[in-house]
Amino acid sequence: MRRRNQRLMMIGVAGAVLVLAATLTFAGLRDSVVFFVAPSDLAEKAEAGQRVRLGGLVVEGTLRREADGASLFDITDGVTSVTVRYAGLLPDLFREGQGVVAEGRWQPGQAFEAERVLAKHDETYMPREVAEALKQRGEWKGDPPS
Amino acid sequence: MIAEIGAFAAALALALSLAQGVFGLAASRRDSRAEATAAIAQAAAALCVLAFICLIIVFVRSDFSVAPVAANSHIDKPLIYKIAGAWGNHEGSMLLWCLVSAVFGGVLASTRGSQSLGLWSRAVGVQGLVTAGALIYTLFLSNPFARLDPAPMQGSGLNPLLQDPALAAHPPLLYLGYVGLSVPFSLALAALLEGKADQAWAKALRPWTLLAWTCLTLGIGLGSYWAYYELGWGGWWFWDPVENASFMPWLVACALVHSAIVTERRGSLASWTILLAILGFGLALLGTFLVRSGVLTSVHSFAVDPQRGIAVLVLLAIAMGAGFGLYAWRAPKLAQPSGFAAISRESMLVWNNFGLAVAAGVVLIGTLYPLLVEALGGGLISVGPPFFNMTVAPLLAALFIVLPFGPMLTWRVGDMRQALLRLAPAAALAVLTLIIALVTTHWRAAPAIGLAIGVWLIAGGLIYLWTRIRRGEGAAFAKIAVLPLAVWSMSIAHIGAGVLTLGAVAETAFRSEQAVALSPGEGVTFAGRRITMIEIGEVEGPNYSATRANFRVDSASGAGIVAAERRFYPTSPMPTTEVGILSSLDGDIYIALGEAVRDGAGAWSVRLYHNPLVHLIFIGVSMMGVGGLLSFIALTRRRRTAA
Repeated sequence: MRRRNQRLMMIGVAGAVLVLAATLTFAGLRDSVVFFVAPSDLAEKAEAGQRVRLGGLVVEGTLRREADGASLFDITDGVTSVTVRYAGLLPDLFREGQGVVAEGRWQPGQAFEAERVLAKHDETYMPREVAEALKQRGEWKGDPPS
Repeated sequence: MIAEIGAFAAALALALSLAQGVFGLAASRRDSRAEATAAIAQAAAALCVLAFICLIIVFVRSDFSVAPVAANSHIDKPLIYKIAGAWGNHEGSMLLWCLVSAVFGGVLASTRGSQSLGLWSRAVGVQGLVTAGALIYTLFLSNPFARLDPAPMQGSGLNPLLQDPALAAHPPLLYLGYVGLSVPFSLALAALLEGKADQAWAKALRPWTLLAWTCLTLGIGLGSYWAYYELGWGGWWFWDPVENASFMPWLVACALVHSAIVTERRGSLASWTILLAILGFGLALLGTFLVRSGVLTSVHSFAVDPQRGIAVLVLLAIAMGAGFGLYAWRAPKLAQPSGFAAISRESMLVWNNFGLAVAAGVVLIGTLYPLLVEALGGGLISVGPPFFNMTVAPLLAALFIVLPFGPMLTWRVGDMRQALLRLAPAAALAVLTLIIALVTTHWRAAPAIGLAIGVWLIAGGLIYLWTRIRRGEGAAFAKIAVLPLAVWSMSIAHIGAGVLTLGAVAETAFRSEQAVALSPGEGVTFAGRRITMIEIGEVEGPNYSATRANFRVDSASGAGIVAAERRFYPTSPMPTTEVGILSSLDGDIYIALGEAVRDGAGAWSVRLYHNPLVHLIFIGVSMMGVGGLLSFIALTRRRRTAA
């Protein structure tokens, strides 16, 4: 009898932890998932202030710096381009004309405020999300060299 | 010629490992066949060693007619990175995978120990099939010995970011860990085939599990350390899919290390241990798939080749299909476990396993969720650090609160009152830490709880060591000297987990960063320090040129000079950042040099980070690795004396 109670207790605690973990997981997936948008979808798909990932090619000749060290550059998917402002140090592999993903928030009429800029370790890399977006726009020029 | 020898050796190894599979699985009844299996496994291992040596030779000789050499090496590269280049690329790393699998198969074949003949030869057989699968993939889909015609005059060079001592050691360690999990998998399948998973089986399983876990721990730690000082982002863990791909097998291997103890000592949990062994290898394969296929957007990069991804997925499906199929069929026939009370060493280890398994499940969901959403047409999404911090951190916190009780309780029926009494000082210290942290951080609950848990783990581990030392006889030194290695290894690993927790919590919660534009002679106040750029200029390295800036950091405790570089490799269009790190007891000042500010009159953009207690992260991981290593030594030594 006692052993059975103990077993029931352990199963009860395990069940409670599982329920808690599941709740946290679903709440987390609901709240902290970040959607990927292309520059031309930004206005229509992303709400103002919502955290999104903006991906595309950095437009040649648009990288400039503000007095406080922040970088400004334009990201395009071939249709629309969006100005991105990033206060951090750009990744080593960031280059004009190449694909990047900027994660951050956007307000209508302002530059996209990036909190993170991703470029891959490999210089031949094109972010998959960017490739998808470019394919959809018919801007795709073959698979990236691997 | 060397490349052809290598390819030939690998092809022969494939034939032999298939034979090893067939003979091993069929050998259970006859000793002569078992002897043949062992010889075949050793020959296959030797051939894989030969193939890998050939690969290293073509890299050292810069034979650019071999495709991976041309794509990843360069004449000007220092010798050590030419050697490391052999496994710093996709094809070579797959051959390394085969090498480790075959050598482990050979070692497994040479160390039967107290296992029954059938169990042992079947395990060797399954291991042979695992090696064969890896060799088929390597030879047919990513041949490291493929020739180029015409051969280029010069190679395109290893990605300069990868030209680094930590990263030269990172892949071999990770692969030892990943592939190390294939041996527990083979042993688990053999146990299911035999319908027997006894204490002798668990005894054979434990060193392999520990070896895999230790290598994964050190490999992940090195990768994290590399990311910290090489990428220049100031962080050490990004919950990137590639990191998760190694973290999931680590969690399961950690659970397996603990459940195998229960199976060996008490004979219970055998069925669960088998399941974990299958899952661990499955997650290692899944990790390989995620990294190799490029299905997940990651800040890391590897060859994006759908065909290769699908091939890994097929291997994963075969291995897991066989594993889970056998498990469903045979596991119910395994002997029923002996019982234990709700308060006992066993039950604590069950909680450990439960926590680690749920954490692995949560990481798996977070990692695969983007794929699921995309497959269902929900658009492209990413699941980032907030999700993992929110889910994994509380789970690990709960696990860590329970952890110090485990060693304090005895097998079968434990005495919770006594354990509580002994751990009371640790609890008091933890509560004190909690209160101080709450007050000094203006009631930030999460980091305060995290720090308290770190203190609880460290103090709990020390108290356990102390109670074990006191139990001995004679003078203090004699008591310490007779303490079993297993006690040391466990305590070091558990205290290491506490040290890691302190560092991770402090770094995550209290780090600060600032981007500034500085010209020589100019300074800025940051994190209670004065940081001044002394000078900036050009320097030449062996195969790169660099812009180097020297900084002076003045703090209350003294001054220090630190250099940060921005390197340009002629083989790569991308500059790389060599951060300047000034370590002190309370943490690191971390300086990354950016670019010259346009129209900035000689000013450069500089990114400053203060990472409090960050070194504790790497010390903690090292302690866990050392603990694992000591435990491995204790187990193998015990086995030798028993034999």
